[in-house]
Amino acid sequence: MPRLRLVNKAAAVAALTTIVSGVGAASVGAASGTPTKATSGPLGSSCAPASLKTVKAGEITIGVDDPLYQPWFASNNPKTGKGFEDAVDYAIAGELGYPRSATAFTRVTFDDAIQPGPKSFDYDLDEFTITTARAKEVDFSAPYYTVAQAVVGLKGSAAAKSHTLAAVRKLQLGAQVGTTSYSVITNQIKPVRAPRVYNDNNDAEAALQDGQIQGLVMDLPTAFEVTTGEVKGTTIIGQLPLAGQPSSFGALLDKGSPLTTCVSKAVVALKANGTLAKLQTKWLARVGKAPELK
Amino acid sequence: MTYPVQVVAPQDVVLPPVSDIELGRRRYRRDRAVRSTAVAAVSTLLFAFVVAFGLSRAPGWSRIQQSFFDFSLAKKSFHPILDGLWLNLRVLAVSEVCILALALLVAGLRTVQGAVFFPVRVLATAYVDFFRGLPLIILLYLIGFGVPGLRFSWLPNNPTVLGTIALVLCYGAYVAEVFRSGIQSVHPSQRAAAASIGLTYMQSMRLVILPQAIRRVVPPLLNDFVALQKDVGLISVLGAIDAVRQAQILQAQYFNFTPYVVAGLMFVVLAIPTGRVADAAAARARRREQSGSLV
Repeated sequence: MPRLRLVNKAAAVAALTTIVSGVGAASVGAASGTPTKATSGPLGSSCAPASLKTVKAGEITIGVDDPLYQPWFASNNPKTGKGFEDAVDYAIAGELGYPRSATAFTRVTFDDAIQPGPKSFDYDLDEFTITTARAKEVDFSAPYYTVAQAVVGLKGSAAAKSHTLAAVRKLQLGAQVGTTSYSVITNQIKPVRAPRVYNDNNDAEAALQDGQIQGLVMDLPTAFEVTTGEVKGTTIIGQLPLAGQPSSFGALLDKGSPLTTCVSKAVVALKANGTLAKLQTKWLARVGKAPELK
Repeated sequence: MTYPVQVVAPQDVVLPPVSDIELGRRRYRRDRAVRSTAVAAVSTLLFAFVVAFGLSRAPGWSRIQQSFFDFSLAKKSFHPILDGLWLNLRVLAVSEVCILALALLVAGLRTVQGAVFFPVRVLATAYVDFFRGLPLIILLYLIGFGVPGLRFSWLPNNPTVLGTIALVLCYGAYVAEVFRSGIQSVHPSQRAAAASIGLTYMQSMRLVILPQAIRRVVPPLLNDFVALQKDVGLISVLGAIDAVRQAQILQAQYFNFTPYVVAGLMFVVLAIPTGRVADAAAARARRREQSGSLV
């Protein structure tokens, strides 16, 4: 599995660069006499496995949705490390000092992830868009990806020729429930007809093919995944301007989780050393440019 | 031959004065009533206090309060959810009328007599078996996404219409069984009597059997109506935004479950009148059919 190894290498390179550049407090931890095993993280002793209060001691538990979709995960199996969020999951764990063997996954539905009770995971990357309203109920890490929203339509349909925001406004639009895509329809596009909402994108795609909706709004990477593979005969009508819309994905943690600062630090470090950019080119390579709707 | 009948006009009846013993009984009953009301009030208050105290002692109470009972979010989500509820009510009204008509038809076909109607009975039974057994959500998918896939231009392609059709098919099967039980509960002698005075099958059905049958099944019909009130919202899987779906949208937007509580309370409020009507109908039936047999 060459791809797997590549991810590991990326994480290792990331870890190495942080230590070498002396960003982390690892040297401080070593100086103060903390036993530094191979598992001690590059972010310093306060963010090392020994001092992190994880759900299961000595192990990091990552929440993942069920089912998982490309390009964020591959073949509904988070253990592969394939897919952008899967790779970032492992990279964050690596940054915190957890080797692959100490990284576990647990399936978490959307409702389960945001409910107020105790969480079964330490962090969860599942295309959660960071907003201030949501941050009142859960903790978010620093953003790991900025995403644009796109409108998908049927190839050759009249809707596919809508090149302006004004034209898209007249379409019957739909989106998956609970997504930023839906908020974007109501807050940014403000369509003439009330949008339709579906349990998931599979249902929404069925509605698109049945002609019940003319435009399906989804995030750009998913839109590329859908139009270039999953659903035949679909095309990206255009992407929506980013300005003024919440568009950053963050790792979700329990409100007041003791890990939030460390996971955030890990994301910042991964961004600073270019790991995130690398993983993005690797796993979101299909994401090209779509014409912007103005 | 005539029998002498003695008619006593009510005003002629003079009741004897109420005895002291009876007055004493009445006083005793009144005292007991006051006492039991007081006991009920105290025990209710005590129970409420224990529940409230227990909840407030829960370590996660403040989180729960924030996540489920956020008043400002409840206010904010009230109107959007009410808009969604308006869709529920419209679909409920249309589908209930169609369900009653379809169910009555199916029940009639299932109970029709005569060897020649065997295929009709089989078809009606098959319909009931199939649509009562099929989970509503799967039926919704089959009708909502499957039927338009046929691409006949004359077929409806509106998710609300398709969802209503699915609801009617599913609930029609349940309610048909309720009607059938009512029809079969009418004693066969009624039908025989109807036939003996020269009524045709349809006439005896319309004038003799159904009036009795329907009266008997009003409580279970209202029960199914309340169930339908809540199941109407399931059509939202096809894309229409009903009250629960709107609550879900707000929940995902704010990561807060308060909108669900708001929607839930709306449905409870909606179900209360139906419950009272059901109680009244049951009481009326009891009065009529069991008069003189106070238990």
